[in-house]
Amino acid sequence: MARKRVIIRDHTAEANLFARRTFFTLVGIALLISLLISNLYYLQVTRHTDYQTRSNGNRIKVLPVAPNRGLIYDRNGILLAENRPSFSLEIIPEQVEDLDATLAELSTLLGISADEIEDFHHERKGQRRFKPVALRTRLSEQEVALFSANQHRFPGVAVEARLTRHYPQGEVLTHMLGYVAKINKKDLQKLTEAGEEENYAATHNIGKQGVEKFHESLLHGKVGYQEVEVNNQGRIIRTLDFKPPVPGEDLVLNIDVRLQQVVRQQLEGYRGSVIVIDARDGGVLALYSNPSYDPNLFVHGISSKDYRALLQSPDRPLINRATQGQYPPASTVKPHMALLGLEQGVITPQTRMFDSGSYALKNVERKWRDWKKWGHGWVDVTRAIEVSCDTFFYDMAFRTGIDKISDMMSELGFGDYTGIDLYEESDATLPSRGWKKARYNQAWYPGDTVNVGIGQGLWTTTPLQLAKSVTTLVNRGRRFVPQLMRGRYVNGELVINEPKELPPIQLRNPENWEIVLDAMYGVVNREHGTGHKAFKGTHYVSAGKTGTAQVVSMAEDEEYDAAKMAEHLRDNAMYIGFAPYDNPEIVITVAMENAGGGGSQAAPIARRVMDYYFDGAKPELVLNNDAAQ
Amino acid sequence: MLRSKLEPNRRSLWQRLHIDPWLLLGLLILMGTGLVVIYSAGGQDMDLILRQVIRLGLALGVMFALAQVPPSFFMRVSIYFYFAGILMLVAVLLVGDIGKGAQRWLDLGFMRFQPSEIMKLTVPMMLAWYISRHHLPPRIWQIIVGFLLLLIPTLLIAKQPDLGTSLLIASSGIFVIFLAGISWRLITTAALLISGFVPILWMFLMQEYQKQRVLTFLNPESDPLGSGYHIIQSKIAIGSGGVSGKGWLQGTQSQLEFLPERHTDFIFAVFSEEFGLIGICLLLCLYCVIILRGMIIAMRAQEAYSKLLAGSITLTFFVYVFVNMGMVSGLLPVVGVPLPLVSYGGTSMVTLLAGFGMLMAISTQKRMMSRE
Repeated sequence: MARKRVIIRDHTAEANLFARRTFFTLVGIALLISLLISNLYYLQVTRHTDYQTRSNGNRIKVLPVAPNRGLIYDRNGILLAENRPSFSLEIIPEQVEDLDATLAELSTLLGISADEIEDFHHERKGQRRFKPVALRTRLSEQEVALFSANQHRFPGVAVEARLTRHYPQGEVLTHMLGYVAKINKKDLQKLTEAGEEENYAATHNIGKQGVEKFHESLLHGKVGYQEVEVNNQGRIIRTLDFKPPVPGEDLVLNIDVRLQQVVRQQLEGYRGSVIVIDARDGGVLALYSNPSYDPNLFVHGISSKDYRALLQSPDRPLINRATQGQYPPASTVKPHMALLGLEQGVITPQTRMFDSGSYALKNVERKWRDWKKWGHGWVDVTRAIEVSCDTFFYDMAFRTGIDKISDMMSELGFGDYTGIDLYEESDATLPSRGWKKARYNQAWYPGDTVNVGIGQGLWTTTPLQLAKSVTTLVNRGRRFVPQLMRGRYVNGELVINEPKELPPIQLRNPENWEIVLDAMYGVVNREHGTGHKAFKGTHYVSAGKTGTAQVVSMAEDEEYDAAKMAEHLRDNAMYIGFAPYDNPEIVITVAMENAGGGGSQAAPIARRVMDYYFDGAKPELVLNNDAAQ
Repeated sequence: MLRSKLEPNRRSLWQRLHIDPWLLLGLLILMGTGLVVIYSAGGQDMDLILRQVIRLGLALGVMFALAQVPPSFFMRVSIYFYFAGILMLVAVLLVGDIGKGAQRWLDLGFMRFQPSEIMKLTVPMMLAWYISRHHLPPRIWQIIVGFLLLLIPTLLIAKQPDLGTSLLIASSGIFVIFLAGISWRLITTAALLISGFVPILWMFLMQEYQKQRVLTFLNPESDPLGSGYHIIQSKIAIGSGGVSGKGWLQGTQSQLEFLPERHTDFIFAVFSEEFGLIGICLLLCLYCVIILRGMIIAMRAQEAYSKLLAGSITLTFFVYVFVNMGMVSGLLPVVGVPLPLVSYGGTSMVTLLAGFGMLMAISTQKRMMSRE
């Protein structure tokens, strides 16, 4: 049948027709192949660079590498803030065959709690399977050893070491050293505003308080980069390039941590603060506020329970009392007032007045009482400071007037930030006419001036302002700014900062410094001085001034009886001092809340700190409750 | 047979084995290239290579077997194969297994297979048989019937849905009709009709995912992480390969697994990334050699049936190549068409080599008859 059909067909015509059609299809094929090739040419030649970039963008990821934070030392090279490897138990879910069985075994081995496992599962769900997830952080050495011995039983589980901040001195330095903690939204916003967010791309913690916060830019360092090749899952295949981070700078503080420890011992059981400043350059040797807390709690994220306890404690441990506590300076500013009176010519070294125990203004009904009910009798300016006569200063202040007082006290640093390298500082209140008008919309009354004369009334100061002012007094007008940072290591060598100084105070009569300082010498070294008892028998010669600040104002006929007063209404005990008298090395301030008299409570503490400083003596507890003030 | 014994020097060993050496050489080089690229694309997995080699061996066996069959036998069985195929396609739609969201498989109890694959050969066989019953060129009613014979399996497969296969089957039939000498006037009319059919196809016949593919094809960057991801990554792979390529096993897009379907449908992107434009040109040359050889066989074939069948098989092979390269390089929408003889995978490989087996049968048969 087929053969028959073949016979009747015109094979040549069919073959020709087929050949023509084949030719057309071949032309079509050639056209389509040209189309393919021109498109591939466009992709591979014309836009090659573009696609090459995108291909690299796919596979190359730039990972930031966090710099190591600078260490912090005290002036003697003792480490105050370090980066410690902290061990955590991490699991790579992908590499674990039976996760539940592994977790169960780990629980029996290391006592992992159900809560920890729940947290682990929670974190694991938001992660790629090949990324390690921490089961327990901060493993103890024992736990590390225990796990290491059993590691062969747990493929995919490993102990990882990371550097985390640690403060070996714990509570001793918290308020001045501060701490680092996890970068929060607010920090991030600030970093973004400062254009620093890239530099912090790999950093977990940031300085939150104290030196850690103030010198953050020095301590942090510069981020490094690791260029890695990743696959479509984001898994790192290999490292292509590494630009190491620049570690933060190692800082040295003026702090002497042993002195700081002594101070802490002295303040145990009190709410208060002690500051020791190097009189020669303003360096802060010790700055302690009690009660304190452990900064290490914050580094790993403080539990809300612990944080609430700190926040709600009536002793307010979170406050840095040395720089944020605002107290009436009380009698501690009598030397400053005397300097002003002498300089203004309101009094002379020879001016004497009789103190009968109280002071009155014309046309004012109330009377201002001296702390000594029966008065101090005849006093000149020196004796007025030595015995802490109130009446003398009531009168002098009244005659000087508030404007001159606030001008001079402002020059001595009151009512303003001291300039210490801490953000946690208050400027307190130096009253003036303008301030009172603005604050209370009230006129300034002469009686206000009288109160200011003995450092009471509207006047408040921080202990650090007081310390700074004393440093100015002992340096006869040279105004050092208290500084915590002493210097930094540059290429292994300590570079010490220049002392920070404000333009000095020029007195019309420089002799006035000597009169005031001599009176402070008298406070400690003359029989009738209010600090005499506390400093009996020292090997060094110190000078100072006591202060007892009323927390509540009392009616003129009311008796102050500490025993009867509610604890938080009792007087604050204050002391300022320096030593050695002839060539001052240190300035000290003690401020104790509701502790009672400055002479009886604050001065002995100052003495024991000085004993340690000059004699290296282990301070013994000297009870000295019957001192004059 | 007798004549060949008398002229032993005219009948080579190849002819006795019913093998076309040029075609075989081209196919083997192509398969070898495929194995090299699969090794790179499959993450240097020797198991993968082994499985592919076994498949290739099986497919080559099918090719050799079919090469021994006289073309007249194909002609005789065309109609039976065709209707059996249609029945199986209907069966697939009624009782077929669902794999990867499409109903393509028929489970015969002892084996599972895709009737649509068989149709890739039976449709051109059927059309070649039907049209070559009368002398060429075909008349209008022949063409209408021919298109109906073509349309039924195409729609049945498109319904599964398997756009790639239905496209290949449709083109295989169209090639038969074109090669048979359909008049240019009719071609123009048909082209106009098809352009009228496109909106109907879009609105009533295409599945949502197919429409999505087309939309993604038109603008892949609109959905870079979703459905556009494949084509974007593929273009990046090709473009970053440049003129000379990144080198074997050095293609980052494929080695780091940014490319989807690396060793199957998108293997051309791996090839382009690692061997560049130069490699592509060489590969296209290889394909051209095979296609030219196929067309030469078709032209030399004595009978209209053999001519049409050989031409259709060869041109459909080109459609494979063009559609695959076109879709991987962003010229065409992504339809599931592998790069023939290079992509990893079994079913289409067997069908393809079965087609080449028929070509070889036609090629070697022709010589014997042409001596008459």
